[in-house]
Formats: sequence, structure tokens, C-alpha cells
Amino acid sequence: MLSEILPAWRVKSITRNLLLYAVAYGLTIIFALPFLWAVSSSLKPVNELFIWPPQLIPKTWRFENYVEIWHVAPLARFFINTVFVTVFSVSGRILSAALVAYGFARFRFPFGNFLFLLLLSTLMLPYQVTIIPTYLLFKAFGWLDTYNPLIIPNWFGGGAFAIFLFRQFFLTIPKDLDEAAKIDGANTLWIFIRIILPLSKPVIITMVVIGFLESWNDFFGPLIYLNTPEKYTLLPGLANFQRVVSAGGQATERLLMAASMVMTLPSILVFLLLQRYYIQGVVISSGSK
Amino acid sequence: MIAPIKRRLGLSTPLTLSQREALQGFIYISPWIIGFLVFTVGPMIASAYLSLTDYNIVTPPRFAGLSNYEYMFGDRLFWKSIENTLYYTVIFVPIAIAGSLALAMLLNQRIAGRVALWTLYFLPSVTPVVAAAFLWLWIFQPQIGLMNSIISALGLGNGPLWLGHPGSSKPALIIINLWGALGGNTMLIFLATLQGIPKELYESADLDGAGGLGKFRYITVPSISPVILFNTVLGVIGALQMFTLAYVASSGRQQQFSPGGPLNSTLFYVLHLYNSAFDFWEMGYASALAWIFFVIVLAITGFQLWTSRRWVYYEGEDN
Repeated sequence: MLSEILPAWRVKSITRNLLLYAVAYGLTIIFALPFLWAVSSSLKPVNELFIWPPQLIPKTWRFENYVEIWHVAPLARFFINTVFVTVFSVSGRILSAALVAYGFARFRFPFGNFLFLLLLSTLMLPYQVTIIPTYLLFKAFGWLDTYNPLIIPNWFGGGAFAIFLFRQFFLTIPKDLDEAAKIDGANTLWIFIRIILPLSKPVIITMVVIGFLESWNDFFGPLIYLNTPEKYTLLPGLANFQRVVSAGGQATERLLMAASMVMTLPSILVFLLLQRYYIQGVVISSGSK
Repeated sequence: MIAPIKRRLGLSTPLTLSQREALQGFIYISPWIIGFLVFTVGPMIASAYLSLTDYNIVTPPRFAGLSNYEYMFGDRLFWKSIENTLYYTVIFVPIAIAGSLALAMLLNQRIAGRVALWTLYFLPSVTPVVAAAFLWLWIFQPQIGLMNSIISALGLGNGPLWLGHPGSSKPALIIINLWGALGGNTMLIFLATLQGIPKELYESADLDGAGGLGKFRYITVPSISPVILFNTVLGVIGALQMFTLAYVASSGRQQQFSPGGPLNSTLFYVLHLYNSAFDFWEMGYASALAWIFFVIVLAITGFQLWTSRRWVYYEGEDN
């Protein structure tokens, strides 16, 4: 017996560790299984989809599924549309949020604190509250079925979260740098562009990741503002894809799973590459650091 | 060119330093102020007005007093959507918070491969919701789906119809969203906070002979209580806004019905609002729903912040 060769506290710590590892690594199955199952289904021919009991490893590997998806629906088009919307909304968010945050971080003006609190309180305002008048406003502008409603609002401050993130970061940049530049005769915009922004690369990258994931994963906006299927972005595009492929009545999960995985891949890649910056952003925003 | 304008505005005396600073500050924050007025304040006022009208988008709004609100309180679907939303929130949020905290505590231990584990737990939360919905709809397929195959392989009989039955549709949606939420931002925030708790606190508790549960109750929970509040408040607001997953899971093949099925069991509040506005084009009624939603969110958030004084401990405060 283990307890005869080892002191009691060692036995206790070994069992504790065994348990810890079993739980920590066991949980990966729950998180990974839906992905594995989707990849497996996406590589099967139709007749293997309905085998009982389910097989994780396909008998025949049908890689053609990944070719077929690009033909049955304008998937490539959805990708290009999404990239377009994402690039212009994220850049707008970053530029305008940085400017506004600079104003809040470096200048004293009447009602400054009140306005900042007001800004923060909009974090808790569900966007559905204003969605109907906003929709009517964009309709009056003639913006329905264009990308303007998805892009242009981002150029007006970029949202409370982005402003807050930038402001927190700017507060960590020593004010001496501003003062030194001011003595050299620099104006505030010059200071912003030449001193503050170059020092803010980490937080800018953070916002790129967060903004990318949000734009990439937006469903509600495109759903109500875009009508023409060719203009769809990825998420409504994927929903549309499902309708198109299932219209034939044949089992299409292999294609649906393939398309879902292809659309998930960019999010996963961006996250994996820029993980460090993402973590920083979330931690700053919660105020826990 | 500018001088005469300045004079007319009474600005002929040069601005003092602090006036200049204030002016510049306002200029920098002006994009947000404009956006706030145009996209938040304006629409809120407009929706308050619209909620008092009959408006189908084709003919101009017609003033209708409080009739939309009267209709709402007699609308069976309104009450159904409240019931569904509360059911979802009350079950989802506590599990998501407790589960995320448990995972964070797990990853806060010395485990080889911690970063890889964390990354893997996190991936579901960056998966686009629509893709996650399709992954899981396939897993929840009642006859040959993975879930029911596992259930019957474990000898538990035939599994439920999941999204095909009103009794199991909401639990299915909860499972899908838990998969996406447990390893996500909430856990990340908990983990960062746990790492900030001074080790000395635990060491001195060890000397006093405190057990694991005691340390959790008297050190961990008080230390992270502001973050628990933060995560709970945002989690509840997010849960009340449940939309995309329910929309995708319940539309799809039955295009002739409004999403929210089967038998309205996944008709959440925002889905009801969406159907009213963009399916039935009842903009007046939908605006009333939007305002009541605002009041509900405000009340629930306010209640949480108010009761939090009893259990949230802020550093540097003496209780």
C-alpha cells in the first residue's frame, strides 16, 4: 500500500494532484468534443452521417466537402463583405475611441467626471432599447441594405468599452512626456499623434482583437440592416447557407459543419496569435488591475 | 477672419489657460458626445414617443395613447417571453458564474500545461454564435445525434428531443451557451483577480489551521467579491438580451413560422421584440416593448447593486 511507504501528507498531496490533473485534462474533452465532432462530420460522405452508433473517425474521408461549400453558396463573397465591414468599423472604433479617451484622460473641463460616468453607464444600456428609432433613422438616410449602419456609428466614439480601455491605458503614460513636448511648443494634437499613440501600441492591438471578434461575430446588425443575400456578412451568411443547402431536402450536415468550421477558423487564429493582448484588455476593463 | 467672430461671441479677451484646456477637452470628446446624442439620447426619446403610437412603417405614426402598453399586459406572448427570459437567466447566470470561478480556481493551481488548457477552455467563446448553434443542433439531433447516443450508451434510455420539444428546448440552449461562456471572459477576469490575492493571507490562515473550505469562505470570496458583482451584473444583462442563439436554433427550416419555437418555448424577450418590429412591423408596439425592457434591466441591475452592499467587500474599507 502506498500509505505504508510514504508519509500521510505525501499520499494526500499525490491524490490531490492526481485529482487535479484528471479534472483539468478531463474537462478538455467537453470543450473540444463539439469541434472534433463537427470536423469529423464535415469530412464524411452523406451515408456515413447517419450511422448508429456515431463514429468519430470517418471510414472514407471526403475532403471534397470543403470544396463543395464554396460552390453551393457565395461563401467567398460573405468573407469579403465581412472583412470590409470589419476593417472599417474596427479602424473607426480605434481612432475615435482613442481621441475621446485622450480628451477624458488629459484635459480638465466642466462636467468631465459626470460625462465620464454617463459614458460608463451606457455600458449597461441594452442596444435593443434604441434599435427601432435607430433603424428608422438609417432608413431615412437611405442606408438600408448598405454597410453604413454597421460601420459609421463606430466612428463616433467607438463605444464605452473602447473609450474606457484607452483612457485606462493613457492614464499610465507619464504626464511628464506631454509637458516636455509642450515646452518645446507642441500642440495637443501633435502630442497625441507623436507621443501618446506610438506608446499605445499594446492597447491598440488589444482593441484590434476585441473589435475584430465583435464585428466578425455580429449577427443582429446585419440581420436587420442587410436584405440582399449577396451583401450578407458571415453570420447571416452562414444562416443563409443552411437554408440554401437544406432546401434540397438531402442531409447537409457535412456541408454545414464544414462551413461552420471554415467560418470559425479566422476567429480562432486571430485569438491564438494575439492572445496576450486580448487577455490584457479584458483584465484592464474589469478594473481588476 | 476669426477675430471678429470671437469679438461678437464676447471672446475678445484671450482665453485663460484653463478655458483653453476645457475647450480642447470638449473638442476631443465631441465625437462621443455627437454619437451619444444621435445614437442614444435621440433614439430613446424617439422610442418613447413611438411607443405611444400606432406605426406600421408604411403609413405615418398615429397617436394612440397608452394602448400599446395596455395591449402588452394582455399579450400572452409578452408574458411567455418574460417567463422564458427569467427561466434562462435564473438558471444560466449562477451556473456560468460558479462554473467560471471553479475553472479559474482550477487553473490557478500549479498544473503543467496550464496555458494550453486555458486556451482550449477559451476557444468555444470565440466561436461565432451561429457556428456554435449549428455544431450543437447537430449534436442534439434526437435520433442519431452525439448527445442522445451517449445518453443511451450510458443506459439512460432515449434522450429528450432537445430543441424539438418545449420541455427540453431551453435546457439545450443553456447547455450551448454554457459551453461558450464557462471558459470565456468571466473566467479570465476571475483568474486575474485570484492571482492578485496576497499569498500571505492564505499562509497565515494555514497557521491558524483553516481548512480549504474555510479559506475559500473567508479569504477568496471576500477578496474577489467586487469582481463577482461585476461579472454577475454584466452576466445578467447579457442573459436578459438572449437572442442570436435562440433565433438561429428556432428558425432555419421552418421559415413560415416566426422564430421562438417549439410552442414559443424559446421566445425570449428580445426575440419577441424583434418579431414584433421586423416580422410584423408593429414599430409602436415594439418601441413599448423596448421601453419596458429598459425599465426591467434598470430595475434588476439596480436591485443587484443595492443588495451588493451587504456582501461585497472593498479593500481599504472597515466592516
